[in-house]
Parts: sequence; C-alpha cells; structure tokens
Amino acid sequence: MDLKNLIRVTINDIPVLVPEGSTILDAAKRAEVYIPTLCHLKLDDFAIENKPSSCRVCMVEVEGRPRLCTACSETATDGMVVSTNSQRALRARRTNVELLLSNHPQLCLTCAKNMDCELQKLAHDIGCREITYSGKRSHHPDDETSYSVISHPDKCIMCRRCETMCNEVQTVGVLSALDRGFSTVVRTAFHLDMTETSCTKCGQCVAVCPTGALTETNCTHRVWRALQDPSKHVVVQVAPAVRVALGEMFGMAAGTISTGKICTALRKLGFDGIFDTDWAADLTIMEEASEIVHRLSTPGSTLPILTSCCPAWVYFVESQFPDMLDIPSTCKSPQIMFGTMAKTYYAEQKGLDPKDIVVVSIMPCLAKKSEARRPELMNDGMKDVDIVVTTREFGHMLIEIGLDLNQMTDSNFDSIMGESTGASIIFGTTGGVIEAALRTASEWITGEPLKSVELTSLRGFDGIREGTVTIGDRDLHVGIAHGLGNARRLLEGIRDGEFHYDAIEIMACPGGCIGGGGQPYHHGDMEILLKRQQAIYREDRGKMIRKSHENPMIKKIYDEYLGEPYGPKAHELLHTTYTPKPRI
Amino acid sequence: MPHIEFDMSILDPALLQELDEFIEVQEFPQESIIAILHKAQELFLWLPRELQLHIARKTDLPAARIHGIVSFYSFFLEEPNGKYTVSVCMGTACFVKGAQPILDEFRKQLGMGPKDKITKDGVFSLNDVRCIGACGLAPVVRVNEKIYGHFKVEQVKEVIQHYRELEEQAQ
Ligand code: SF4
Ligand code: SF4
Ligand code: SF4
Ligand code: FES
Ligand code: FES
Repeated sequence: MDLKNLIRVTINDIPVLVPEGSTILDAAKRAEVYIPTLCHLKLDDFAIENKPSSCRVCMVEVEGRPRLCTACSETATDGMVVSTNSQRALRARRTNVELLLSNHPQLCLTCAKNMDCELQKLAHDIGCREITYSGKRSHHPDDETSYSVISHPDKCIMCRRCETMCNEVQTVGVLSALDRGFSTVVRTAFHLDMTETSCTKCGQCVAVCPTGALTETNCTHRVWRALQDPSKHVVVQVAPAVRVALGEMFGMAAGTISTGKICTALRKLGFDGIFDTDWAADLTIMEEASEIVHRLSTPGSTLPILTSCCPAWVYFVESQFPDMLDIPSTCKSPQIMFGTMAKTYYAEQKGLDPKDIVVVSIMPCLAKKSEARRPELMNDGMKDVDIVVTTREFGHMLIEIGLDLNQMTDSNFDSIMGESTGASIIFGTTGGVIEAALRTASEWITGEPLKSVELTSLRGFDGIREGTVTIGDRDLHVGIAHGLGNARRLLEGIRDGEFHYDAIEIMACPGGCIGGGGQPYHHGDMEILLKRQQAIYREDRGKMIRKSHENPMIKKIYDEYLGEPYGPKAHELLHTTYTPKPRI
Repeated sequence: MPHIEFDMSILDPALLQELDEFIEVQEFPQESIIAILHKAQELFLWLPRELQLHIARKTDLPAARIHGIVSFYSFFLEEPNGKYTVSVCMGTACFVKGAQPILDEFRKQLGMGPKDKITKDGVFSLNDVRCIGACGLAPVVRVNEKIYGHFKVEQVKEVIQHYRELEEQAQ
C-alpha cells in the first residue's frame, strides 16, 4: 500500500487508514464495522461497482455535517469521524427499510428466495415489527415465459444490480429501467417477453438480484413426479461445479468437495442410475481434441476454434456475432452428450426403450435449462435431457425430505457413465475446458506423454487471459475469457485482426461454471468463487487418471459403439449446428 | 424459441436515410443519443419501437437502454399523437377543482377506453398532465397550444364539436 495516499478515518471510535478515494463503506469494512447495504454491489475482479444509492439503507452520520449520507457512495475524507449507530442513523435506516417494505408484496412464505433474500434479512436484522407506511403498491405483470429466468417485478426494489450485470459485465443489455416515477420497472425493451429478447439465460442477473424479483424456473416437482412413476427409468448426471458448491447450502465451508456425499444422497432419492457429467466431459474432449487436431492439420481450416460447452456463450455468439458461427466447435455440450448416450448406448445396454428413460441433470447453470429445449438437440421430438435442476434446486430437494448432506457417507457414481478423469472435473472452472482438450490433443499430436499434465499457463482468474502451449515444434496460442463482456472484447479483437489465437475457451459466467447462475448465492462475495476454483483443481490432482483419452470406459464406448472419434457415428450423435438469432 | 418479427419496412426510407445521415455525422453517437432521439421524433413525429430498434442497432446501444430513455422523458412519444392533443391538468389545484370528472367526460365522449391514448380515427389524443402553471385558472384544459380556463364538464361537448368541425373543413 502506498503510504502517501492514505487518509485517516474514524468509524465508531475505531481509527483506520484507508487509501484516498475509499468510500465510508470501504473504511467501515477495514474497521470491521458492519453497515447494512442493499443496492450496492461491488465485483472487484471485474472492476465494476453498482452504486445507484437508491435504497438508502446504508445511512450514517458524519460529525459536523447536518445531513446523513449514504456510506456506499460517499467518499471518505481525511480526518472524517463517522458514527454508524447514532440514534439518527439508526432511525433513518429503519425508516428507509420500512419504506421499501411498504411497496413490497409481503409474500416471503411462498417466495423462491425465502431465507435467502437480502431484503428479508435486512428487515430481520433491523427488527421491523410493523410497516408503518401504507400506500398504493406498484403492480407489473410477471414474466414466466423463459425456461431459465423468471421475473416477478412486483418484488423489485430498483437496485439495478441486474442491469449492471447484464449490461456492463455481460454486455448483453436486455434489461433496463423503463418508464418513470412510480411506474418504473426493470424490464426488457418494449416490455417484450424474456424469450423474445437476446437474453442468453446465463442467469447472472438472478445471481445478483437481492430479492425474489429474478429467480430460476423451478423444476423440482417434475423430478419428484418422475421418481414416483414406476414406468420410468430415471437417471441423473451431476455437473463438475455442483460438487464444490452444494456443501455451502448445508453449512460447509466454501470450497468443500462433496462428490461422494452427493452420490449417496442421490441413491436415497431413488434414482435408477447415478452418473457423472464428467464422464460425458471426457467424451466431449475426445471429440473436441479430435476437432482441434483436425483443424490444425488441415490447411485452410477455420482457426481459432472455440469451445462450445457453455450454452449461454453459444446463444451469445448466435445473437451478437451471427457472422462468426463457423468458429465454435460443433461438439454438443457434455450435458447433452450425456443425454444422447443415455438414450442410445445406455438404453441398448440395459434393454430399455429410450422413451421410458428420464434424464435429469443437476447443473450450476440456468442456461442448461433452455439448452435442453433447443430444437437442434431433439431427436424426433424426444429431448436428450428431460429435466434440469440447479445446484440450488437440488439442495432444496434434499432439505425438503430432511436429508442433511453432512450426514451422508461417501459412495461412487454408477458404472458405465460414472467413470471420469481429472481432465473433466476442471471443466467447471474458467480455463479448464481448454486445458483438458490440450492435454489430449498434445499427446495425440506428439505421440508422447506430457511432461506435466498441469498446463498452468492457462490458469488464473483474470477476465481475459492468454497462454502458449508448446506441442511438438508448434506453439499453440490460446485465449481464454470468462464473463460475456470479456468474450465480446476477445471476439471483436479477433474480428478486427488484433488478436490471433489457435484455440479459445469462453465461459459466460464470471469464474466459469463455479460462478454459474444456479449455484448457491454468493451475495457478492467473490472469495467464494476462488475457493470453489481451488477445490476443482484439488479434485483433479486427486484423480488417478487425468487425461480424457485414458478413461477406460471412454475407450470402451468408442470400441463398442461409436467407432472412431470424430467419425461418422460420433458426428451423428455428438455434434450439432448453430443458427443466427436476432439481437434485441 | 419464439421471436417477435419486427417489420422494419413500416419506417419511411427517405426519413430513415435522413436520420442515418444525422447519426453518421455524430462524433460519439452513443453520447449523443438524446439528440438522435430528438431528431428521430422531429422526422417521424413519434418513436415506434421499430424506430427505437433501428436506432439501437445504428448506435450499437441495447434496445432496452434506448427504450429506457424514451419511456423516461415525457417529451418522447411512444405512440402517435392525435391531430389535437387534449391535455387535462391533474395538478393539485385543478384536481381539487374537479379535473377528474372532466377527464372522464372527455374519455366517454371520445369513445376511449381507460388505457387508450388516441381515438381510433387518430384525430384526438387525450392526456393527463401535471400542473401547467396556470393554477389561477383551475381547472385547466389545453388543446394543442390553446388554454381553456375555469373549465366546466358541460363544455366538453362543445370543445370536441369545435375541433371536429375544424377537422372537417381541413378535409
Ligand atoms: S430485478 Fe432484482 S436486481 Fe434487478 S433491480 Fe429489481 S431487485 Fe434489483
Ligand atoms: S440471464 Fe444473463 S443475458 Fe439474460 S437477462 Fe439475465 S444477465 Fe442478461
Ligand atoms: S459458464 Fe457454465 S454455468 Fe455459466 S452459463 Fe456457461 S455453462 Fe452455464
Ligand atoms: S446500499 Fe447504499 S444506498 Fe443502497
Ligand atoms: S394545477 Fe392545473 S395549472 Fe397548476
């Protein structure tokens, strides 16, 4: 820290030194004094701060000033003396919370955010016992058209965090405050349905909304129904990022790995087959690495090649860069590859009619819900994946029947779609997919084992990174972006000829799937994402086999069923197409 | 997934070209968005959503942002105005002196539903407005630029009659 630019601030008699330009809220954090906030959201890793100062629940008193000010936006000055708990400050904060509540439907009991809502917590912390203000409430119709994100604008407190997320971090820009005064509402252009816009379904707006105004669609009842139907064979797959986050809903520290406990819990729920999306990720790598090798060795092929595992990212290219649809890999995502194999290979093995198989996915992601409905991914009207629930929904299913994850013993996924490698687990974090693909591509090209499987030049947390991986006598230039705003910058750079890469990985969510829109709420604490990422790399290190092409069950499925990687049958089953989408 | 088809051909190509030229000479079109919207309204008289979408694509701003601006400033019209705009003042003074029954009567006699802003023939639009600064004359009704003070519900009929006649003469 540069000592010259420090200022001295006193918060509730605690003196602290903070860099010039800090807000009162920053200073209070340093002094370890809690000031409630609601509209404020700071995403340090993205250098983005949402501070519309609209909720005014962070009011504090500054000595010598007649008026209270908002701690989240007021810059601290040298010698400032702040009191966060003076009578005036407390009263103002309570009044402002009550005002918010007076225009809020008090539907906590049945709200999707019950016990996870920042407004509810605030009302609780402040000790609201009655709402003294009453007046007209604004009313706006709900939008439940999307398979991923649903909006209940009556629960909106106009903090505009979602707008900051969608516009500045993701640069999709489908949300904006519309109209004025009492009728103001955060909605899509022209009040269109969410499905009529270029919303990518990344769910990042849901991840930051403090209330129940934006939530995911709830599919848990469909899972219960399938499980209770004796005519159905219900199989489940679990995505990599789920196992490093679910524990948070059961009081475990961020970054706890609970793979074995999840398998046991799924068995108790009564699934007929408990499988791993990681197995399908190994399959994806076989195809994607083949595609990379193919494009690298065929003169005139389109480069760079882009990963295609993230459906929000796919939708983003289709709607924002419709002229660049020839660069994403044609590989289906692991979730869909799993579904396809469950309804073909697995059905054959088990002697089941694919129509009687229900494929359930547990995903960190809201976009995966819409992906499962893409017409390109259906066979004769049959979906490859039938029901997608998020990490959060899965956690709630366990809570509903009184299963405490902490109490579960460890067990394993079932065979034949449960064996996986370290390469597939790292799919859950930014940088992981391309690292996994290059572990395999590299050995295929050189015919020699890698000196070190960990391609650390591809790791990290910066929004845009580049790395070089040497394969034989060739240096492969790799670009990596997470967050769609970063993806946009990368793609524009490629289009303008400013960047030259051979391979690119993009994930829509900050941090990759570990920060997905369906993960337990992080409430703006980015530390949690880092811990999940470390857990992912720990899990990789703990695996005996760390390269997808060495997965024996994957070798077996090519030998017995698929034939050559990237061959005709693989093409028919494991690859897909993209279509331009309008931009609105 | 369903996608709305926006029929951009409803926009007059000559006017569109003039607007595009205006946008192209802006050094920073995104920063000049308000001026661009003003120009668009000057040309097209109102801002249909197809036009907003066109401007969004031209300036590379999200359509939601454009619509946010248009719906925030009452100056921008999201629906066409009638030839005669009847504005009934709903400011405190006028409200106390019975503006609501006047507005209701206009609505009734013009055959407009509670959410309509313009008559089916496009001749009249009806607005409620905030104080227009003529409180001494409350209740006040304005038709285009003309102010009617101390307005009585009984006058609604003759005012409508007057403008209908003007309209007939014009044709
Ligand atoms: S929808 Fe949620 S995040 Fe968006 S403004 Fe409303 S309360 Fe805030
Ligand atoms: S899901 Fe993503 S793209 Fe869609 S509105 Fe939310 S932040 Fe924007
Ligand atoms: S990064 Fe992962 S969680 Fe986020 S949208 Fe893409 S696939 Fe889903
Ligand atoms: S958190 Fe400071 S005004 Fe909302
Ligand atoms: S209140 Fe109607 S003119 Fe002032």
